[in-house]
Amino acid sequence: MKYLRDVATVKLAEEKCSGCGTCVEVCPHNVFIIKNRRASIVDRDRCMECGACMMNCPSGALFVDKGVGCAAALINSMITGGEPTCGCGGNDSKDNCC
Amino acid sequence: MAELKFRTELIRNKAAGMSSECGCSTSPAAEDEKPRWITGTVSAGEGLVHRVSTDLTNTDLWEHIRCRISAFRENYTVKPGFYAVGEPDKTSEVLVSANYKLSFDHLRKELKGMNAWILVLDTKGINVWCAAGKGTFGTEELVRRIALARLHEVVDHRNIIVPQLGAPGVSAHKVRRAAGFKVLYGPVYAKDITAYVAAGRKATPEMRAVRFTTTDRLVLTPMEINPAMKKYYPWYAVAILVFFGLQPTGIMFKGAVVGGLPFLGLGLISVFAGGFLTPLLLPWVPSRSFAVKGWLVGLISVVLTSNIFRLFEPSNGLLLFFVYLFFPMASSYIALQFTGSTTFTGMSGVKKELKISVPVYILSAAASLILLVFYKTGHWGTL
Repeated sequence: MKYLRDVATVKLAEEKCSGCGTCVEVCPHNVFIIKNRRASIVDRDRCMECGACMMNCPSGALFVDKGVGCAAALINSMITGGEPTCGCGGNDSKDNCC
Repeated sequence: MAELKFRTELIRNKAAGMSSECGCSTSPAAEDEKPRWITGTVSAGEGLVHRVSTDLTNTDLWEHIRCRISAFRENYTVKPGFYAVGEPDKTSEVLVSANYKLSFDHLRKELKGMNAWILVLDTKGINVWCAAGKGTFGTEELVRRIALARLHEVVDHRNIIVPQLGAPGVSAHKVRRAAGFKVLYGPVYAKDITAYVAAGRKATPEMRAVRFTTTDRLVLTPMEINPAMKKYYPWYAVAILVFFGLQPTGIMFKGAVVGGLPFLGLGLISVFAGGFLTPLLLPWVPSRSFAVKGWLVGLISVVLTSNIFRLFEPSNGLLLFFVYLFFPMASSYIALQFTGSTTFTGMSGVKKELKISVPVYILSAAASLILLVFYKTGHWGTL
């Protein structure tokens, strides 16, 4: 299953990539492969912007505008003007996403 | 400070271990201190830690069901800290988990026959993936817990196995620099952990991919239906009954029930379409947009119930128009909420959907209201 086309914000600065393969390892949706000793994005539309690749890229070659893909959280942030945070759990919210 | 806290934790662990050995009956307060799934103590470096059972009891399973259907899960936690499985020693693996008991239980039940350490992070009772998204399952908390557990004294090696879905919160290279431990990303699913360890901490590509099977989606649906029924449906039901009961002479009970009942039924149908059918049939419903998927499923459900099962037989064009405008739209809105539960929707996509769908929802709701008002005034005119 894939979500909307051409919306994912994942960016790879190939010149910074050392080819360590950590992004391939952490990505839950097989967005990357290692080709010619460098990472390459195979299918951007598979990306869910979780940010695992960016967090774990030791050379800082990856960028993702990471955030919750949750309508309830985003609607809440539209209304309150705050950051979209997943309201699940905790004692402050009864919303149940993720 | 950290050391002091660790010491007191050890002492408490020790006390709990002794009380279980003496076989004396435990008061409810002691029960609270030491959960049933703790089966003794194991020495770890200079201290003692609790050993956890790898068997789930019926109580555990019943609690898991409650997590899936209600707000029970909002306070279903394990005390963060350091635990043991089997008879671990200085060479045993260290596995990291979250303090949501459902996550913790999924891990421990897969560790039968294994000797390992479990480091439970304080994720405020949230599962690994969501907590990693928020950063509570993160570099800082992991480094802190490694220090609190004095992991460098407990094990000789310098590896810790972190679930792959913890990666959005953890920077492996930063953990190594700050704590001296190398983060090895384990499989996505706990059921693969033994195979992963047996293969020399190697995950196959299958172990690295997140799935979203029909069963996965099915178990999530109660928590789609439950909030919709609690948050929206009561208001909707009151509004519908008042609307149909409203006469120039006051509110008539008979009018409310006879006129309102089919609409209460259709309301339930749209909750069912958006909160159950759409998630369940997700891969087979056309369009990538959840709003469109929900609208389509809602439309078909309304057509089926009103035209084929004759639940609603329209006597009035305005009401018919209202039914086809309002209910598929309600289903669409509810289906859009499911983006928060999937394993593949990202923020940019949801933002794009909202940009288009929120104005459409507002306009349709306004148009629906106008239709109802026209119907009512027309109806009164003919009385």
